[in-house]
Amino acid sequence: MNNNSFVLGLKAGLSIAIGYFPVALTFGLLAKTSGLSIWEATAMSIFVYAGAAQYMSLTLISKGVDPILIVLNTFVLNIRHFLMTAALNEKMQSEKRWIKGIYAFGITDESFSVLATRKEDKIGTSFAFGVAFIAYSSWVIFTAVGHVIGANLPQFLQAAMSIALYAMFVGLLVPSMRGNRKVVMLALIAAVINGFFYWTGILSTGWSILVATLASAIFVEIIYAIHEKRKRIAGQLKGA
Amino acid sequence: MGAWYWWTLIGMAIVTYIPRAVPLTFLEGKELPPVVSGVLRNIPYAVLGALIFPAILYVQEGNLLFGLIGAIVAFTLAILFSNLMVIVLGTIGVLAIYSLVF
Repeated sequence: MNNNSFVLGLKAGLSIAIGYFPVALTFGLLAKTSGLSIWEATAMSIFVYAGAAQYMSLTLISKGVDPILIVLNTFVLNIRHFLMTAALNEKMQSEKRWIKGIYAFGITDESFSVLATRKEDKIGTSFAFGVAFIAYSSWVIFTAVGHVIGANLPQFLQAAMSIALYAMFVGLLVPSMRGNRKVVMLALIAAVINGFFYWTGILSTGWSILVATLASAIFVEIIYAIHEKRKRIAGQLKGA
Repeated sequence: MGAWYWWTLIGMAIVTYIPRAVPLTFLEGKELPPVVSGVLRNIPYAVLGALIFPAILYVQEGNLLFGLIGAIVAFTLAILFSNLMVIVLGTIGVLAIYSLVF
């Protein structure tokens, strides 16, 4: 493994680790109040590693919902990762399948966003491991810490830190938007569609993000294909 | 919690891992049609749009203004600086001061 690019990955993933800190801490705390032992809570962060699904499972567990329904809900909530890892695969360096199977475990909305918006053409395996490792460590460690201390951060800090992951998404998106109309269109259209699903309540969050993303990506691709074709025809006419 | 908890956990772990691992391993070395890879190349930016909006407005339940201020600060910092850490910590800092004052 390339040590240097692993360290670069750790650095690139640091803002995820900071963003996970308050979310994992609160998860540990809520798990405790829902009656989970420290091992039960930490094991969920170790083996499942999916923020939204873990929060949802706490609510369902405390309501005594059928475990099969909890698993089904988890699947629906994470179905969007099919799309993300398929997209990420186009950007990842070619690698043995079992190695990709390991870092695949570390792909979340956040690590996907950090990796997929990199400027370089191909991303190295060690870099992906670095990003995944620091984010995962933060998630697992602060779940346990939250359970042990059984208290939250001071209210003002907890509130302020809840913005961290969104600030990171903004920080990943805006530089790519600069001078790139396609990126602006992709983000805006997906945001509008997602807002529509959210406020009308037609789709649950898991589906909503998936459908909004896919619809925007396909729509913009069609627009650009038509645009390219027109330009080519105009060019040919001029040539003749 | 009883044994059912651990079975639930195993089930959750499996259904979370499948969407992460199947595309990355199955598509390894496969050349996709240009149309499909074109759409896939668009995914990261579309995802970011959907992840940010409207969730950023609801980071504090029942306090839309808080999220709105956070969004404005984050976008402003992102336009001014390209360093991710500056954007993240700067937004946290401004909101921390805001919640201390108000």
